[in-house]
Amino acid sequence: MTTGKTGAPHDRVDGRAKVTGQARYAGEFTAPDLVHGFVVTSAIARGKIVRIDAAEALALPGVLQVYTHENAPRLAWRDRSWRDMVAPGGSPLRPLHDAEVQFSGQPIALVVAESFELAREAAGLVKVDYEAAPHETRLAEVEAEAHEPARGKKGYTPPPKPRGRADEALAAAPVRVEATYEHPPLHHNPMEPHATTVIVEADGSLTIHDKTQGVTNSRDYVCKVFGLASDQVRVVTPFVGGGFGSGLRPQYQLFLAVLAARELRRSVRVVLSRQQMFTIGYRPWTRQRVALGAERDGRLRALIHEAVGNTSRFEDYCENVVPWSGVLYECPNTRLEYGVAALDLYTPIDARAPGAVTGLWALESAIDELADALDIDPLALRLKNYAEEDQDHRRPFSSKALRDCYREGAARFGWHRRSLAARSMREGALQIGWAMATGIWEAQQAPSQAKALLTADCRLHVASASGEIGPGTYTIMSQIAAEQLGLPLAAVRFELGDTALPPAMIQGGSATASSVGSAVLAVCRALQHSLLKLAQTMPDSPFGGRALEDVEFVDRSLRLCSGVAPAVPIAAIMRHAGLGSIAEQTTAIPDLARQSRYTSNAHSAVFVEVAVDEALGTVTVRRVVSAVAGGRILNPKTARSQILGGVVWGIGMALEEHSMLDHGLGRFVNHNLGEYHVPVHADVPAIDVVFVEERDDVVNPLGVKGLGEIGIVGVAAAIANAVFHATGRRIRELPITLDKLL
Amino acid sequence: MNRFGYTRAGDVAEAVHAAAGDDAAQFIAGGTNLVDLMKERIAAPSRLIDITRLPLRAVKSLPDGGLEIGALVSNSDVAYHPEVASRYPLLSQAILAGASPQLRNMASTGGNLLQRTRCYYFYDAALPCNKRAPGSGCPARDGVNRIHAILGASEHCIAVHPSDMCVALAALAATVHVTGPAGARAIEFAEFHRLPGDAPERDTTLQPGELVTAVALPREGFAAHSTYLKVRDRHSYAFALVSVAVGLRMVDGTIAEARLALGGVAHKPWRDPTAEALLRGQRPDDALFAAVGEHLVRDARGCGHNDFKIALVRRAVVRALQQAVAGGPRA
Repeated sequence: MTTGKTGAPHDRVDGRAKVTGQARYAGEFTAPDLVHGFVVTSAIARGKIVRIDAAEALALPGVLQVYTHENAPRLAWRDRSWRDMVAPGGSPLRPLHDAEVQFSGQPIALVVAESFELAREAAGLVKVDYEAAPHETRLAEVEAEAHEPARGKKGYTPPPKPRGRADEALAAAPVRVEATYEHPPLHHNPMEPHATTVIVEADGSLTIHDKTQGVTNSRDYVCKVFGLASDQVRVVTPFVGGGFGSGLRPQYQLFLAVLAARELRRSVRVVLSRQQMFTIGYRPWTRQRVALGAERDGRLRALIHEAVGNTSRFEDYCENVVPWSGVLYECPNTRLEYGVAALDLYTPIDARAPGAVTGLWALESAIDELADALDIDPLALRLKNYAEEDQDHRRPFSSKALRDCYREGAARFGWHRRSLAARSMREGALQIGWAMATGIWEAQQAPSQAKALLTADCRLHVASASGEIGPGTYTIMSQIAAEQLGLPLAAVRFELGDTALPPAMIQGGSATASSVGSAVLAVCRALQHSLLKLAQTMPDSPFGGRALEDVEFVDRSLRLCSGVAPAVPIAAIMRHAGLGSIAEQTTAIPDLARQSRYTSNAHSAVFVEVAVDEALGTVTVRRVVSAVAGGRILNPKTARSQILGGVVWGIGMALEEHSMLDHGLGRFVNHNLGEYHVPVHADVPAIDVVFVEERDDVVNPLGVKGLGEIGIVGVAAAIANAVFHATGRRIRELPITLDKLL
Repeated sequence: MNRFGYTRAGDVAEAVHAAAGDDAAQFIAGGTNLVDLMKERIAAPSRLIDITRLPLRAVKSLPDGGLEIGALVSNSDVAYHPEVASRYPLLSQAILAGASPQLRNMASTGGNLLQRTRCYYFYDAALPCNKRAPGSGCPARDGVNRIHAILGASEHCIAVHPSDMCVALAALAATVHVTGPAGARAIEFAEFHRLPGDAPERDTTLQPGELVTAVALPREGFAAHSTYLKVRDRHSYAFALVSVAVGLRMVDGTIAEARLALGGVAHKPWRDPTAEALLRGQRPDDALFAAVGEHLVRDARGCGHNDFKIALVRRAVVRALQQAVAGGPRA
């Protein structure tokens, strides 16, 4: 028997359940009385519904009801009842509230029928007449009206105040680069579509299986909107087939399914179609200007970074796009600005590494442009301006092994063999480009709870209302618990995704390992403490007067670290105490007094080789090395998978992904996975992931920084920079499709 | 739900008989396109006539030295058929450049010919589209038209035919065999698909109730000098922005016969005999190839987003001709 350990590359404990179809997702739960809802969405971008005629749909045998703004019940009145935990400032969408249409694809009716197919067919028979109003979906048209986002979005920090005099310093700098960078709206498209199954229990309470990254967020939203007590609603989501941010906020299918279930008093399932996945949030369309001024030796003198992202007319989605530019490089004069501009689109939502992906795409492209202007190696330029402390907050980093990322990444990539000039590397008809970029993401911890039950047969059940959006949460939490109590991994069962469990932070921001992991650690420490106390009461106990630091749990036993006394089995301790089980529940609260004295970030260095067929404009990514400093790595296997996924998405962002807007219609038109391109296997080369050693005892008790976001940050810039190195052409508007290189 | 009849036909006559008189009936084989269209409410057949039991799965040598491919032979089976792979590598390459292995395993030869455009607007039942709802308009012309036609389009429709296989079949000058209520007939490949004109709802010249039974390839397969070049937005599983099928017969370093067809640029595989004539009797030369590319796009017109296709055709034609002269695509 081996003790489960952190730091070991364990397979996913839920892997078998997933690949054999036993893992159940929100749209797979069922009930004997289940009926199916299909959403009708608006065809226009702005205006009013003047007539909605469901007669033909209702006439189909098996169609139970069609809900529209005309017959939906009046619900919560105040905006704050509709605002979920992570809502931005503004007035959240209230589906079926009134006749007003605020974006193309807005849900305007729900057809409920005895089968999914019937509901879908009937949805196509609902006739809607609109009175269209002029709409605007072009960012350039509203950019000048950009404003500071309304307050309210959790995690959003307005840009820091300017340091020094950036504009004067820029004007005086011997070398300057200045450019505008842009990327289009990007939809997450997790494999699992958004779905909700609402099961009406015999007592009238609701059990809701919702595709969400936060069961508590969904539960609270439903309670507030429908005026229900929290014990009337239980949200259970053991698995999520990819969230990437799209499941942070309750999406409209949750609302519609609950509405129908309450009206019909029947269990209801609503699953969005792939087309409808383009009617929910997205990474916002963003235009950014970066201006850098430097001495001839490469030292930065001025850094200006201004960004405008789109939002909707009814909420101010916002994200941290520019603050990274103040923290990543040493520069005495910085000015960072950010605003949002409203379009007639739905509100954007966090998408993997929200803000950082965007900001670093611009910043790391600009740094590469500066290196070219200076004729300096881009990596050397970054090292020359390496920030040793957080200048904006005047505090040290709790750890920063970015230099090791640069060194290790460069060594693995063979960076020293790169020739400096653009267009200097060829291979037959192909132009070869080598380039790199830096990635950064904040390490965060939020309060979370966990409970644990240890039984006398040495089986441990640990639980927290966290989520499993795919990173390996079940696995790493089991590892942490097994290690603490000296149990094999198989003896631990970790349970999550249920509002009946102790509350945890919403799963996002790369903070689950940090936050929920710390709660699991704390609850297991509480168990350790109890076991030690009990062991001390045993006859001839070797543990008298000993503290937890003096003992260790190995092979289902407690023993002295010094090894001078025999180990005592946990089972024997509990038998002696006459206990069948021991239960603990603990809250892990961040040590803010200590953490706030430091800045804590994860970092990465991404190295990329591309081959460009200049005649046809096609770009092939041939190699990627991603070197990551993410604190302690709990499971190198699932950690590597996180980075792989991030890099693959980065390739998509750089070369392929584009939610295309028809501005005449104000509508995303390539709303399927045939025409919204994401990387396929043939687009993805071998990806070399390396984690550099990084110790950090400030970020959280585990020393982890979280890996969900960092893998994607910087990838788009690295690829764009490599395209420049290959071709001498700087593409500043993503995606870099072949037409831009012809 | 969307109710439709279902008939399983045992032979060609039965299938044709089942379809006769019901213009809203459709044949179904692999279903890789039709089922999607039904789910998206783009196609609403009154009846599906299942032809998968029909004896149309043979690949047969023809007396004239050609090869006949039954309409139900899967795309995969065609691509990997030893006779096709050795004598018509252009066809194998084109098929394997399309879709995914799973789709190619299901998709039939006849169905490939009849797949419908991937125009965004055609696929969105909430929007106007002359191809889907005649007379409703064409938002693509002033909308998002990156993937649309630069040749042979009409004011009513700028959609492109999505097939790769058909581009090779056009270059190979295949013949399509069909059977309908009026009996059997053969259609030259160039005549099988049509330009949109004022009836974009019609993709082909098939008459109501006609069933594709086979595709016949002529003896000449241009095996020594052919290539299928597909230029697309990702390295697999994307429709062609521009594709070029080239077959050359070389004699003593001179092009004795040339075939060239373009995909991704028009409502049908685009074959231009006058461009082929420019090559005949000439020695391979990049300037000549460039002139051929230029000639092919002499009447091309972009709608904005797809303007780049005009330049891309010029370049892709040169590359494809170079590859064909060299014997095939680069390793």
